This record gives sequence, structure tokens and C-alpha cells, in this order.
Amino acid sequence: MTTRIENHEDSMSTATGTKAPHNGVPTGHASAEDRVGAGLFHPGQLLRSLPDAFRKLDPRVMVKSPVMFVVLVGSVLTTAFSFKDPGDWFGWAISAWLWLTVIFANLAEAVAEGRGKAQADTLRKAKTDTVARRLRGDGSEERIPGTELRVGDLVVCEAGDVIPGDGDVVEGVASVDESAITGESAPVIRESGGDRSAVTGGTKVLSDRIVIRITTKPGETFIDRMISLVEGAARQKTPNEIALNILLASLTIAFLLACATLPPFADYSGTRLTMVVLVALLVCLIPTTIGALLSAIGIAGMDRLVQRNVLAMSGRAVEAAGDVSTLLLDKTGTITLGNRQAAEFVPVRGTTEAEVADAAQLSSLADETPEGRSIVILAKEKYRLRERHQGELVGAEWIEFTAQTRMSGVDAGERKIRKGAAGSVIAWVRERGGTVAEDADRIAHRISEAGGTPLLVAVEDADGARVLGVIHLKDVVKEGMRERFDELRRMGIKTVMITGDNPLTAKAIADEAGVDDFLAEATPEEKMALIKREQAGGKLVAMTGDGTNDAPALAQADVGVAMNTGTSAAKEAGNMVDLDSNPTKLIEIVEIGKQLLITRGALTTFSIANDVAKYFAIIPALFAAVYPGLDKLNIMQLSSPDSAILSAVVFNALIIIALVPLALRGVRYRPMSADRMLRRNLGIYGFGGLIAPFIAIKIIDMLISLIPGIG
Amino acid sequence: MGPVLAGVLQLLALIGALALAYVPLGNYMAKVYSSDKHWRVEKWIYKGIGANPDTEMRWVSYLRGVLAFSVAGVLFLYLLQRLQGSLPGSLGFSSIEPAQAFDTAASFVTNTNWQSYYGEQAMGHVVQTAGLAVQNFVSAAVGIAVAVALVRGFARSRTGELGNFWADLVRGTVRVLVPIAAVAAVVLVACGALQNFSGIHEVGQFMGGSQQWNGGAVASQEAIKELGTNGGGYFNANSSHPFENPTPFTNLFEIFLILVIPLAMTRAFGVMVGSVKQGYAILATMVTIWVGFVALMMWTEFAHHGPALQAAGGALEGKETRFGVGGSALFAVSTTLTSTGAVDSFHSSFTGLGGGITMLGMMLGEIAPGGVGSGLYGMLIMAIIAVFIAGLMVGRTPEYLGKKIGSREIKLAACYILVTPALVLIFTAASVALPTPPNSMLNSGAHGFSEVLYAFTSASNNNGSAFAGLNANTDWFNTTTGLAMLLGRFVPMVFVLALAGSLAEQKPVPATAGTLRTEKPLFTGLLVGAILIITGLTYFPALALGPLAEGLA
Repeated sequence: MTTRIENHEDSMSTATGTKAPHNGVPTGHASAEDRVGAGLFHPGQLLRSLPDAFRKLDPRVMVKSPVMFVVLVGSVLTTAFSFKDPGDWFGWAISAWLWLTVIFANLAEAVAEGRGKAQADTLRKAKTDTVARRLRGDGSEERIPGTELRVGDLVVCEAGDVIPGDGDVVEGVASVDESAITGESAPVIRESGGDRSAVTGGTKVLSDRIVIRITTKPGETFIDRMISLVEGAARQKTPNEIALNILLASLTIAFLLACATLPPFADYSGTRLTMVVLVALLVCLIPTTIGALLSAIGIAGMDRLVQRNVLAMSGRAVEAAGDVSTLLLDKTGTITLGNRQAAEFVPVRGTTEAEVADAAQLSSLADETPEGRSIVILAKEKYRLRERHQGELVGAEWIEFTAQTRMSGVDAGERKIRKGAAGSVIAWVRERGGTVAEDADRIAHRISEAGGTPLLVAVEDADGARVLGVIHLKDVVKEGMRERFDELRRMGIKTVMITGDNPLTAKAIADEAGVDDFLAEATPEEKMALIKREQAGGKLVAMTGDGTNDAPALAQADVGVAMNTGTSAAKEAGNMVDLDSNPTKLIEIVEIGKQLLITRGALTTFSIANDVAKYFAIIPALFAAVYPGLDKLNIMQLSSPDSAILSAVVFNALIIIALVPLALRGVRYRPMSADRMLRRNLGIYGFGGLIAPFIAIKIIDMLISLIPGIG
Repeated sequence: MGPVLAGVLQLLALIGALALAYVPLGNYMAKVYSSDKHWRVEKWIYKGIGANPDTEMRWVSYLRGVLAFSVAGVLFLYLLQRLQGSLPGSLGFSSIEPAQAFDTAASFVTNTNWQSYYGEQAMGHVVQTAGLAVQNFVSAAVGIAVAVALVRGFARSRTGELGNFWADLVRGTVRVLVPIAAVAAVVLVACGALQNFSGIHEVGQFMGGSQQWNGGAVASQEAIKELGTNGGGYFNANSSHPFENPTPFTNLFEIFLILVIPLAMTRAFGVMVGSVKQGYAILATMVTIWVGFVALMMWTEFAHHGPALQAAGGALEGKETRFGVGGSALFAVSTTLTSTGAVDSFHSSFTGLGGGITMLGMMLGEIAPGGVGSGLYGMLIMAIIAVFIAGLMVGRTPEYLGKKIGSREIKLAACYILVTPALVLIFTAASVALPTPPNSMLNSGAHGFSEVLYAFTSASNNNGSAFAGLNANTDWFNTTTGLAMLLGRFVPMVFVLALAGSLAEQKPVPATAGTLRTEKPLFTGLLVGAILIITGLTYFPALALGPLAEGLA
């Protein structure tokens, strides 16, 4: 199952289920398009966001985007001049299109924000006023509004209660419905102590009774933060966005200079330029396309994360994700499926694989551990052994695994079968005066060396006690991980596997999964040291974590993704929270970060490249009358000067609306090397940006010239 | 051999000679600015000026050194000219008027060498040699020093220290400029350039009448004039004067001198940042633009229509027959794409489009290859802007040479690229809008506009060449061009040094497969495109009303 974000777009617009379907079984083989590229939008959203777009015309809001503020001032100026000369259709037409340019820019932002609103509304429902049952010092309860809770308060929640605030379970265990936040309907267990103690305000206790210590002030809870995040209210400009804004502002100043000095030049040349024409030229030259879409791109980037059930606490973290060059991935759950599974049955000399399989299956029928189940499944799939049920063996006595015996098995009459750790099984055989095949130890050792876990299978029957063979249990690397790590390597990202396994096992799995490096027998201190080492070399590090002992490392990492199932300490320390608690998502987060930057760069390039064509439209229109030679620059053969200028302005406005879907969806992203990515994007947005406006302006001009009385 | 073929062969010979000099000179300069040994003569100088060449300077102290030295230079040169009448060796010329003295002082200290005077009719031996020629050396050394400081900003990390300005200044002069200029002067003398301190000679003319000629230390000044991308001629006719530039060979040799240091700086840069390939990428960008401009210029000058021009084998008006169209085109492009401003032909007389090419060359910021030092730092600023936009397109916070281009860096780079367009456009607009300045124009219409536009483009970019035709010796033009030169030189330097300081403080980011490869041809292509579009577009309307209007007519 892959997370197909496109699929839930429909449900999003109906505002019922705002969450992506839960990614139950994390797999590694989602295609690149599936992973990044969500965010299609319906044209209807444009219409619905129109009122917001008008509301954003407030100059105090507009001034934050220097480029669009210049357009706003230009629109006011041309409108004022049109009132002075109301008979001039051209002035009115230019004014109208300049206003549209501003509206379109606001619309882009409003649409981007609107997409988060639906999610915020659902979250607000979860935030209905709760009544908290606070424990007094003497153990008695009092009922107070949830908004009056203080950090450190102890509250009681029983089945049916909505948890009034974020906190840690200090007493009891309960199943909790967290669907309000995660969208996942299956209840989760929350218990005191350990790594599953964190509860979130707004979620509902389904069974049992727990006591919670409140850790967050009302108004600053997880849900509050989520709401302000998805609404974009907490959005601050990220460092890179600030830098880009500076560059855009400086280009705006440069073109402002070019246009402001033009009237004296024109006067000298014998042409009088009207204010309307000057403003039109200015607006065409300044980078309005990217200026209009910049904020929408940022909001949409955050939104893409939210759609994947990841909450970034700051845009800065999303940007940092794009720069990450080292990924620390926990082995279990991220790289491997998390359970060791039987991979093969190895017979000792003198027995057959089928015999081993048969004995292994029998001994595992009562073994409900994932390992035991996997032995039964392997026997069935590989040796076509029908799965027998415990009842089929009459009079059988099932021996369950205990930490003391370290074996499980079955006594069926004369036939006794045992399976377990090598030492225990050998001891069991020897106790019964049986023989241990000399190669049993060698096979077990070989399996250990390869990173697997050997389980010996022995039998005692009429022929005496003897070892039959060895079950090879191994950590199963998730499908597609190797390809994914290859992709990451091509993107210049190093993957480091973190595991508590011994170095031998770790190396075997690392080799199989294709990670670049591994940290075996990892302790929180070593993890921290690794992060610091990487950072000292100038690298940005991303990691996931859930336990309290991960908290320092999560805080130290440049991108720390805490699992929602984790402790509040971990969630506080990280700068992102994954509501699905799926560590594989780190890779998607990196891709979303990159896509955000790429989209900005691509539209900036496009915007700047557009200027060439606009000059070729406007300059001959302005000056060919006084210097006829300049008409040679009119390579588009535009029908009249007025139509040429208007066409450029119309193109400039329409291109914003045309690119809104791209800004929201993000530029299509595939993992590839920087060189190839640059060549591709430069081709599409740089070269395309040079050519496209020539064609579009020509078409607009042809349409305009059809209007009677013009052209 | 046809004139076109001659032009192409000259171009090839020039490229060959520059290629030979590239590695040795670049490596040598990298060594000069990285060594911690002092020559004995340098120690004397340090003692004389009271500087400790071994202290490291942060960007503010470095800038303070640059500005203090330059202010002192302007004052000294101003006083020297104002007192010329009372000094010995003045050839009887009187003191220079205040506005012109200011303009000339600013001009030589800023490495511009804009001349609103006629050298042979105004400046005596003392001013020429002790004033102007000295500034030819040191203003060039200042430019290289600032570039080296920026390179150190890239090369160093976790420190704010950029080297020592006084050491860089003295070494650039003593170890690089003086030795090469000395050899070059001998070559020029051997080829017929003048080098004496003789007085004014009355010479009879072939057609009757008489002419006054004076001698001077011409060859020595000519050598550093080209080598330091200065451009201030001993004579008003500059490098078209036979005493300055006697033969086609000296013409080619002077173009070689103009280009050799700015190009080799990219090698020194590559060596100092630890990757000569990065230097090659910058070199390739410079050479691509330069060759492209030479090709365009040769095309417009050779292919111009009109029976007279066709008969002459190209647009020869204003060009010396001994250099021909090819040699003149090569010189014109090289002098305007560097901050030299020496001329061996008159840009005003080039075809309309040809004149436009010389202007566009300067408008690009003189970075291909640009002035000594200033070309490299100007190009690196453009590289930062290109990296910023392209870097985003590969999905990372942009990095150049392992340094992140964040908001502080982009702010400084953006301010840098705004300075000269602002100066050029505002002063040109004021000059055509005010009632009196247009009286200085010789021509009307588009060509007259080009004269003014050219003047401020040249002054603000510290080029120094003139379009001819414009009478720049008025209070208005002396003052405004003087201001344009000072602001156009030192304001960008403030941003460059601040940027250098900011880069030097960063810790380096290691390159990975996800890093934009700035040593690749793709990046060179991108950089060329960014330069042409970002700087070129600002000037498009102005160019349309001047050279384009004329050239397309």
C-alpha cells in the first residue's frame, strides 16, 4: 500500500476526512510522483478564495511583498490618471489588468491558505471546550474548564472523556482514540512510564482510567499549534525566502530605476511617455510572477507536509530538510520490517530440509510470536507443508517459550520436538544422551555471521535425541529500500543506519539494505556524538526518534522528526512530528523540502527570463514612432503599440493565474543528481521562460486586435 | 590577406599568448598573496608607512585601509595638479582648475582614468609621472587587493580575517605590476614608443603649418596604463597616438597587457580556493563573453553597408589604418570589457551597433574579464547571484565554493549590482533633463544621447574611455563624472569586503552529489545568461534610445 495523496484530494475538498489515509504498512516502493507532487487544486477554490484576495488588498498587508506592493501603487496611479482622461480606453484597460495582477497574486496566497482552513476547522471541532477533572492535593476531584489548566496539574480521564490538554500519563493504561489528530481510527494504547506515555489534548479515552500530568499551557497545545500551522497564521518567512525576497526587491529597484529615468531620455528623444505606459513597462519588468507566487509556494510546501500527516513546527525546518546531507534512520521499522522472520531451514548432515521444516513447523504451532508465525508460514510457502492446528495432534503437550528455557516445542507421545537458542537446545539433546551433529554449530555460526539469528531444531524419538537442523531467522529488509537509498545517494544524501544490534548483524543488514554507513550497538550518547561529528563537517543531519532518550539528539539534529506515538519530551525536542509515526517518511520530508526550494528557483528563473520578450514587445511600441529603426525589434509583429503594451500586461497577469497550480503542487520532483536536475529545470523554466512569452504575447495581441476600434 | 582574416589571426595570436601566460602568472600571483615572506624593499616600505604587514585584518579594518589610502591618493593628486604651475618640470603648463583637478584625481585613484583634459596640453612631467603614473600602479594594486580579500573569504572559514591590506597593496605593486610593467615598457620602447623628458618641439607639418610635440615618459606609462587596466593616455589621442602605440604589434601587445592580469586572476582564484577547475569555470565565462563581443564587433564593423565603407573593407572612420578594423575591434572590445578605457580608435565613430557593444561591455559591470581585481570580484558577485537562483533549482540552500548564500550574502550582492546602474541612469537622466549639460553634446539625436550615456557608463564602471564628441570639461561633467567614479569604485568595494568577511566566518559545507557543480560548463552557460539578462536588461531602454536607435536605423 502506498500513500496516494492524490486520492484523498476529493475528501479534502469535502472537508470530511482531512487526513491522508493512514499508511498502515510502511513500504519503500512508492513511485516518485506519488511521493512528491500532491496538491492538485480545483478551479473552484479560486472562486471561493476571491473574497480573501480582495481583503488582502490592504496596503499594510501588501507591503510585505515589495514586488506586489509596487504593482499595487502602480494600479492606483494608472487608475488616477485614467480618471483624469476618462475617454482613453487604453488607460482603463491597463489599469484593469494591473488590478487583476494584484488580485491574482492575492488569490494565489488565499487559495494556498484556504487549503489549510478545512483542516483547521476539523481540528477546531476536536478543541471544543472540555471539562477537566483535576485532582486536588488530597486526592479528591474538582471539575474546571480545560482552559484553566496549569502546567503540572494532574487530571483524571476515564472511558468517554476527552483529554483536556497535552500531558504524560503518570498512572494507569488506557486505549485512546487519536483520530481527531492522526485521522487513524484504530485506538492506541497509552500507559504510564516508557515511551508511550504522551497524550494529546482533544483525543478521547475509550477504555480504562488514566491520570495525566499536564505539560502544556492551554492555547499552546499540540492542537492549537496544528491549527495555527495549517492556517498559515504562524507562518514566518524562512531564511531562504527572505534571501529571495531581497534579490527580488533589488531587481525591482533596478527596473524602477530603468523606468524612472526613461521619461527624460524619451523627452530628449522627442517622445512623451504617459504615466500609464511607464507603469505598464515597470510592472512587466519587475519579477511579478515569482513575487506573486512566493508566499503561496511557501504555504503550499507546509501544506504538502500536513497532507502527509507531518507537522513542521517551522518553515525553517522544512527548508533545512532540503539541505540535509545525512539521514540517520533507525533500523527497526524504517529499514527492516521490525520482526525477524524465518528465511530458510538448514539441515545438518544426515537429515533433509523437509524433515527440518516439518519439525520446525510442529514446534512452532503454539508459538504466537512473530518469529514463530513466520516459521509456520515459511514451512507452508516453501515446503508446501499444510498448516496443522494444535487440535490435530491428539494428546500433544505444548511447551511454551520461557525466558528460562529459551525453547518452545511439543511433546507428542514418544516424539518430542524442541526449537530454540543454540545453547539451550544442545543442552537439551545432551541431557537426553543424544548426539549433536558436528556441523550444527558451524551452521549456527555462519548464520550469526551473516547477521541472522540461528534457532536449532532437535527431536527425541525412537532413534534417540538429535539435532535436525537450524532455522535461519533474519531481519527482513523492506522491499525497495535499496533503490530508495540509491536514489538518496544520487541526491547526495548519505544514509546511516542506527541499530542496537551487534556490529556483525548490523553490517550484514546494512549491506543488504544498501545504506552508506551504520552505527551498531547505538546508545543515545553515540547517536548524539555522530550527529555532532557530521555537523562539524558542515553537514545537515535529519533523524527520527520517539523515546525520551532520543530527545537530546532530536534537538541537536537539524531536522528532528518525532513520532506521534513518542513521548512529549521527544515531541518537544524535534522540529517536526509525524502523526503516522512512520519513520520512512523522513525521506519524503527531505523531498518536500527540496521541492519547495526548486519551485521557488524555477519560478524565479521563469520570471526573469520572461523580461526579454516583454522588452521586445514594449520598447518598439514606445519608440518606433520617433526612431523607426527600432521597429526591427518588433519581432513578434504586434499589431499596434497600444496592443503590444496591453498584451504584455495581460500576459503578465494571466501567467500568475496559470502558474498557481504549479506553485501549489510544486515543480515535479524526481530524485536525481544536481547536474541533471539543473539541466532539466533550466531547460524548462529558463529556456521555456525565454520562449513562452513570445508566443503567448503574440496570441494575446492577435486576440486584442480583433476587438473593434483597437489595433 | 584580407582584413577579416587578419582580424581573426590577431584574435587567435592573442588567445595563444594569453593562454601561455595564464598558468604561470596565475600561480605566481596566488603565491604572492599567500606567502608570508617579505622582500627587503617591501620591509622598507612598511617601515616608511608605519604598517605591520603581518597583522590579519577583519573586513572593516581592510576597508578602512582601502579608503584611507584612496582618500590620501585623491588629496595628493588634487594638490599636485592645483600646484602644478609652481612646480618644476611642468613644461610651463598652469595649475589645473578645481573641478577638473577633482575629476582627474578621482579618475586616477579609482582606476578609471577618465580624462577631461588633453594630456599633452595640460599635464607636465611631474604630474604625469609622480602623480598619474603612480596612481596607475597603486589603484590597480588596490583593486587586486580587494579581489584577493574576497577570494580569501571563500578560501577561509570560521574566521573573519581577510589578510593585510598594506601587504596586499605593496606586494601587488612591487611583485606583480612593477616587474611586468618594466619589461613591457622596454618592449614598447624597442618597438618605437617614446620615453624621455624632453620639452616641447615645434615640428613642421607635411601639408605646411606647424605642430607642437612634447616628449615624456610615455612607454613606461603606457605599459602600466594597459597592464593595470587604467587607460589614461599620455596624449589625448591615447593609444591611437603613434608615440604610445606605434605598430600593429604594439597594438596587439597592449591588448595582451590589458587582458593578462584579469584573466590570470581566475587562476590565482582557483589555486587559492583549492580548485583550479572553479577558476576555469570563471575564466570560461569571461572568455565566452569576450569572444562573443569580439565576434559581434568584427561583424558590425566589417559588414557595415554603404559604398564608402565597403570600399574601405569595413567601417574605418575613426580607426587607425595601421591597426585596421580587426585590430581596432579587438582593442575596443577588450578595453570596454575591462575597466581600461584606453582607446586605439574612436568609439564614437564606430557603427551605431558597434558603439552599443562598447557600451554594453561596460554596462555588464566590466567583468569579462574586467579590471585588475575588480573584474574578478564583479564576476564572483554575479556568480553568487547565479548560484542563488540555480542553486534553488537543485533543491538546496544555494552554496558557492562550500559557502552558503544566505540572506546576508544575497543582500550584499544585490546592493553591489544596484550601484552602477543607479549612477549611470540617474546621472544620464539628469544630464539630458537639465538645461545646460546638453550643450556639451556635439551631436543631436540618438548619437548625442549615446555620448552622455557613454560618459556616465564609463565613469560609473571605472572604465575611463570616452565616446568622443562630448565636451566633458564643464563644471557639471567634471563634478558628476568625478562623483560617479568615486561612488562606482568604492561603494561596491564596501559590499565586496563585507561579503568577504561574512563568507570567511562561515564553516564550509562539503560538496555532495546534490551540490550544484559550479565548475561545469552548464554553470558557465547559466552565468553568461544571468549576466546578460540581469545586468543587460536594466539598460535595455537606454540602449534602445542611443546605439540601437542609431544602429538599426
